[in-house]
Amino acid sequence: MGRAATITRRALLVGAAAVAGGVAFGYYAYRKPVANPLEDELAEGEATFNPYVKIGRDGAVTIVAPRAEMGQGVETTLAALVAEELDLRLDQVTVEHGPASAAYGNIAALADGLPFAQFDDSALAEAARAGAGVAGKLLGLQITGGSSSIIDAFDKMRAAGASARETLKLAAARRWGVAAADLATADGAVSHAASGRTATYGELAAEAAALEPARDVALRPREAWKLLGKPQQRTDMRAKVTGAPIFGIDVSLPDMVYATVRMNPHLGRPMRSMKADAALAMPGVLKVVPIATHVGNGFAVVARTTWHALRAADAVEAEWETGSGPADDAALWALFEQAAGSAGSAMRNDGDVEVAFADAPQESLLEAEYRVPWLAHACMEPMNATAWLRDGMLDVWAPNQAPTMVRDTCAAAAGIDAASCTVHTTHLGGGFGRRAEIDCALYATLVAMQTDGRPVKVTWSREEDIGHDMYRPAALARVRARVGEDGMPVAVDLKVATPSIMASLLPRFYPRLAAIGPDKMMLDGAFNQPYAVPDYRVAAVKVQTPVPVGIWRSVGNSVNGFFHECLMDEIAHLGGLDPVEMRLKLMADWPVAAGVVRKAAEMAGWGMPAPEGHARGFAFTASFGSWVAEVVEISQAPEGIRLEKVSIAADVGIALDPRIIEAQLFSGAIFGLSAAMGQQINFADGKVVQSNFDDFDAMRMPQCPRFEVAVLENAPKMGGVGEIGTPPAAPALANAVFALTGRRVRRLPLSEEVAFA
Amino acid sequence: MQVTVNGKTLDLDVEPDMPLLWALRDVAGIRGPKFGCGIGACGACTVILDGAPVRSCSISVGDVAGEVTTIEGVASDGGLHPVQQAWLDEQVAQCGYCQAGQIMSAIALLNDIPDPSDEDIDNAMSGNLCRCGTYPRIRAAIHRAARMQAGA
Ligand code: FES
Ligand code: FES
Repeated sequence: MGRAATITRRALLVGAAAVAGGVAFGYYAYRKPVANPLEDELAEGEATFNPYVKIGRDGAVTIVAPRAEMGQGVETTLAALVAEELDLRLDQVTVEHGPASAAYGNIAALADGLPFAQFDDSALAEAARAGAGVAGKLLGLQITGGSSSIIDAFDKMRAAGASARETLKLAAARRWGVAAADLATADGAVSHAASGRTATYGELAAEAAALEPARDVALRPREAWKLLGKPQQRTDMRAKVTGAPIFGIDVSLPDMVYATVRMNPHLGRPMRSMKADAALAMPGVLKVVPIATHVGNGFAVVARTTWHALRAADAVEAEWETGSGPADDAALWALFEQAAGSAGSAMRNDGDVEVAFADAPQESLLEAEYRVPWLAHACMEPMNATAWLRDGMLDVWAPNQAPTMVRDTCAAAAGIDAASCTVHTTHLGGGFGRRAEIDCALYATLVAMQTDGRPVKVTWSREEDIGHDMYRPAALARVRARVGEDGMPVAVDLKVATPSIMASLLPRFYPRLAAIGPDKMMLDGAFNQPYAVPDYRVAAVKVQTPVPVGIWRSVGNSVNGFFHECLMDEIAHLGGLDPVEMRLKLMADWPVAAGVVRKAAEMAGWGMPAPEGHARGFAFTASFGSWVAEVVEISQAPEGIRLEKVSIAADVGIALDPRIIEAQLFSGAIFGLSAAMGQQINFADGKVVQSNFDDFDAMRMPQCPRFEVAVLENAPKMGGVGEIGTPPAAPALANAVFALTGRRVRRLPLSEEVAFA
Repeated sequence: MQVTVNGKTLDLDVEPDMPLLWALRDVAGIRGPKFGCGIGACGACTVILDGAPVRSCSISVGDVAGEVTTIEGVASDGGLHPVQQAWLDEQVAQCGYCQAGQIMSAIALLNDIPDPSDEDIDNAMSGNLCRCGTYPRIRAAIHRAARMQAGA
């Protein structure tokens, strides 16, 4: 069969699989199929059925899990989606990330970016979600983020497995002259009970791949699931307990050289000049290369080992262009204060808060200001990428969350077309949003253009990482509330002044993109919470600062969850109500929310007196389609406040792997607690002050509380899991600090005002 | 420079002031020990030197006198060390990047204190940072490994 014919047939299958997956849109460009990228990389004897499955002649099955494995267990659950329908055990398959391709566009990530609450089922919201699907397909954005991977894949990848299974049965039916309906599949083989014949998938693969693939295969009902819904042994666990070289930083290629970068600490500003003679004279140093990009500017040292490069980089004297904008915390915060003075644009505006506040008696009112700082991601694996440019072909190995973006950016930098650039997505030693950026891969590509065809691995120092992040933006909130006779809130007004992440991020991806409209991320976690208050306004004001900001685990929810849930606690206190009871009343219309609130309260022993010297705090945040309540219990020790226990109840609609979800929930909470207790990024002289884990630390083993986690499944839709544990953690802790000490700390990190053990 | 790693004596063409971490990773191709901070603050690079956990980023090859064990050298014949098995059973790792260092610290701890208390674990593991927050399962896995080794 000729190449063109093959592609057409494959293309048909992708279209069919998409339809079977329930994502058909009456829109020509959307329906136009995307080629199966696996066609180009089949090994001898291997057959592919769709972008998610390859079967070798020997029966080896490879499942492509096209999302970045950065700890969240996504490759295991993605593989289980296909394996479930393909009747395979997870230990029978190999999982790989696969190539960068539009075939793996993430529709759910885009849908979550729309300005609707997750419980908004209005026709407008649904139409917009469908539209995001079309847009996602057209852009072909292969992104791991927004806790969307499994939601996006749930139908698609099961449909891919089901289609492959039925096609294998068709091949067996033909071979044996029997009806496909009389065939069964199990453990990687097709069998015919009446005749006792069996054939492995491997034996049938080549014949099956030549057939018109089965379409519209019904997906198995939940009752029939063997893998999904049950804890699986993670497919990446053995590699991770044996120290296998699976990370970007472990890439090793023949004749490879090593490099590190030093970029202008005045973020984004140019390098005026550099003197590299001393560095070049050092042992092991091969080259010093200037780097100029739209993201950052500086130089790279290329050397025999990473250490030679790191050492020599200290010896390069660079003269940096400084910024003209605000240079330190005080000047930056002045921008926030100024912005907070203007009205802002509301994303929620129920009733009329202005009227409600106009005649409010003083004792029914509360007014306060909250602040959260900039934060670095500090992924455990320092930033790195490896690039190899030879004969007009570029290969980039990068631990990254956006391979199609990396491919397009690097290809453009190297002056080749995207088809000549191959992106290899390695395992990620943490991502948290940092690795959705293209800077590391871009710099590595520019260095590879100067290494005469030798591959180069570019590893950043930790100092470079902390000082050149795209930070979680700082934010300032002005909050007001009025309580009624019964103590319940009758008016809530929350205004957030913060930089727009989208406005900072999109020009890094698309340097020529014009300004964008409203950015829902600025108010995520505040405008879309399931509370009914008669007069309720949530508004945002954009702050312009020179600090690049980006996606940080749970994005706007990490900021606004803190503001909103501390405000709720303050309201309950003013109204003389129990914070849990008050929330339950406000949430009466949202039983799923009330369900997790009750569950977390019950696990924590809420309502029963805490042990002597202990206190508890409560918070709730709906995010990424899931519903999460957390209770933090703390105690006063001589050395400071100790975290005792965290109770988490999360409703995720459908829990595909409860053990992985449990891990994500406490992981997310620890991430949020680490930040709340002690993390901040400060600026002085136009540069970031912090530099390494000695001044930007995170929770350590002795500080880690006990966790109790409950995963519920009452929500009507499946929600995300990778980020949802983070938003309620900080406010629950701050509310506990208030309960313990009587101090209302309205500024993170809490360590600015109270000591932790 | 000569160093003995996982029972083999390696002859490495490096300067004596090169940190052991980089000699292992970039010269010897032993990539289990990870680079995390370079200043002894994260534990990702932990190896065992004569029985004690050591941050390989903060010791020069020239100063290494004894036997170095890395994660690659803790198990025999492609099997798993009991601590690795406990890690697998408790499904500890998330991104996994810190885990080689965590496991090396845990092995050193258990060699020292076969049945550690929670406080012993706090003390021995506080130098190993995990940004994914796997601590609850690390604690459970250390207790499990202690039970496994006691039963064996
Ligand atoms: S890299 Fe050695 S302690 Fe962090
Ligand atoms: S598992 Fe990711 S840093 Fe520990």
